[in-house]
Amino acid sequence: MTSAAAEAAIKEALGEVTPGADTDSLPPDADLRDTLELDSLDFLRFVEILSERTGKRIDEDDYPQLATKAGAVKFLAGRARG
Amino acid sequence: MAFEPIRKQRQPGIPCNLADYDQAVRDFSWGKARAELDGLPGGRGLNICHEAVDRHAAGPRASRPALRCVARDGAVTEFSYASLRSQTSRFANLLRALRTGKGDRVFSLLGRVPELYVAALGTLKNASVFSPLFPAFGPEPIRERLSLGDGKVLVTSPQLYERKIAPIRDSLPGLEHVLVTGGPPDAKTTGLAEAMAGCGEDFEIPPTDPQDMALLHFTSGTTGRPKGAVHVHEAVVAHHATAAAALDLRPDDVFWCTADPGWVTGTSYGIIAPLAHGLTLMTDAADFEARRWYRMLAEHRVTVWYTAPTAIRMLMRYGPELPASCDLSALRFIASVGEPLNPEAVVWGERALGLPIHDNWWQTETGAIMISNFASMEIRPGSMGRPLPGVTAGLLARGADGRARVTDGKVTEITEPGAEGELALRPGWPSMFRGYLHDDERYAEAFGGGWYLTGDVARRDCDGYYWFVARADDVIKSAGHLVGPFEVESVLLEHPAVAEAGVIGTPDPVAGELVKAFVSVTPGYEASGELRLELIAFGRRRLGAVAPKEIEFDQHLPHTQSGKVMRRVLKARELGLPTADLSTMREAR
Repeated sequence: MTSAAAEAAIKEALGEVTPGADTDSLPPDADLRDTLELDSLDFLRFVEILSERTGKRIDEDDYPQLATKAGAVKFLAGRARG
Repeated sequence: MAFEPIRKQRQPGIPCNLADYDQAVRDFSWGKARAELDGLPGGRGLNICHEAVDRHAAGPRASRPALRCVARDGAVTEFSYASLRSQTSRFANLLRALRTGKGDRVFSLLGRVPELYVAALGTLKNASVFSPLFPAFGPEPIRERLSLGDGKVLVTSPQLYERKIAPIRDSLPGLEHVLVTGGPPDAKTTGLAEAMAGCGEDFEIPPTDPQDMALLHFTSGTTGRPKGAVHVHEAVVAHHATAAAALDLRPDDVFWCTADPGWVTGTSYGIIAPLAHGLTLMTDAADFEARRWYRMLAEHRVTVWYTAPTAIRMLMRYGPELPASCDLSALRFIASVGEPLNPEAVVWGERALGLPIHDNWWQTETGAIMISNFASMEIRPGSMGRPLPGVTAGLLARGADGRARVTDGKVTEITEPGAEGELALRPGWPSMFRGYLHDDERYAEAFGGGWYLTGDVARRDCDGYYWFVARADDVIKSAGHLVGPFEVESVLLEHPAVAEAGVIGTPDPVAGELVKAFVSVTPGYEASGELRLELIAFGRRRLGAVAPKEIEFDQHLPHTQSGKVMRRVLKARELGLPTADLSTMREAR
């Protein structure tokens, strides 16, 4: 998966969990949970949607890598090559 | 699948606080529990902050760590009992300087930062009333609670102020002072640190009657606005006694209660009870993260851990390798509260953490644990346990509305094992709520036939273990948080596209229940996917943590004859259950 595709998937997933939130101007290294006020359940749903849409398996152990937009892009884009 | 009882083996050398349940019940009296506390010097009464802080600061425990606050970045701020006394005295002096005294309401809207604990205890020290707000609430629940509770002082952070208070400040004329934990964002706020620095660290606690109002905790009912449950200083007797019996707390423990002080557990057991025992209380500013939580338990050598089913079920999603890789050898006792703990989770604890998890039951109104599994007692997985010593519980026959049937002031107690009834408690324990603020009528309705009626349906087995069955009303339990459907519906109805709304809890494997709204749209609007997202966004913006996670359109919401949306029918449909007696129902046309 390209970085651009990863970014689009992240935007789409966040758009469902927290519609209306401004995900475009989100700083790449900002903590998603803090900035978008996601609770644990929201975050879980974000991960599930992401996994569904990208077809990538995401294990609980991978969650910390999804804490920021930059981390999530790197994770999704990196997985495809691996 | 049936779960075998978990029998307890006596651990050599360390007897439990409550070693024999039946004997403890026989020997207990609230008078004896009161005698374990000191009371204010010179017979000036009973004050929570004196029991939790000052009495330890004046004795051999003065230099012992009282509070260890872990910041999001892992940095640790530690207060000894002596330094916590100084800090809370400064805060109390500040309140006095702000002409805030006995009975005045001081609210907090803060993450789990040191200032929260100082403000809570300093408020109690000043004999003012502390009311904590959950920081993930949106502006609407915050405004409603500050207004209902006559908030005079608010302690918050600059970020939370700008996001949630500034937009509503003008609608709160009674809110005289806003103290912020960082640089003041505008002229209507005051920097807490600078203000406290100008105050002395000696403070004599004013005479405090045990019946003086101390805490105001908001909770939700089926109908109407949130209810402010009033608790008094005497509640500390129950906090202290129940923490000893149900959580097995001892003076040398390191205790971690993961609940946010914005909910009653996070105040009764996340601030007051552990400090009243003179132990070390640990807090973490960060939200749930599995690895972090295991690291907290291991690095801080936590001995007693009080957490919630949602968190436990999230931990269960990880393999057993993660806990196995952490040194949990200090951990002695685990308890859970918030919603019923499923038997799988109890058993998982024993397998993955080496300790079974002890479920217990109580409510905002009870102020302290009422029914519990105990360290020395066999656990029947799925059961909430047995009543605390000093607590009399019963089950009452229910009427057509699902609640305890009260006829001419009389109720019918159910004694047959296994039969379901509304769980009820005999009033008289010290942390029982003394009222709903400004709402005597709803307070009176909470009692019947000499019992406090809890609104929970339960059964009791032949050995006296209680088992949760369901709520008797429409209140939603999501991730341990009580959500009032009315509060959510009211906000949704403010959106022009919403003609009607019915809000229920839908089952969720992790959170217990999720808040779900059924919405019928106003003519002229289309029930589209776009509108659904817009309504979810609207809810989140206004309500924050209690917003619906799911919205379904339904132009034919079921109604009672009087035109009210029937949440019970929505719920039954959602669960695929027969909709029981629908004689009072009609469909909207």
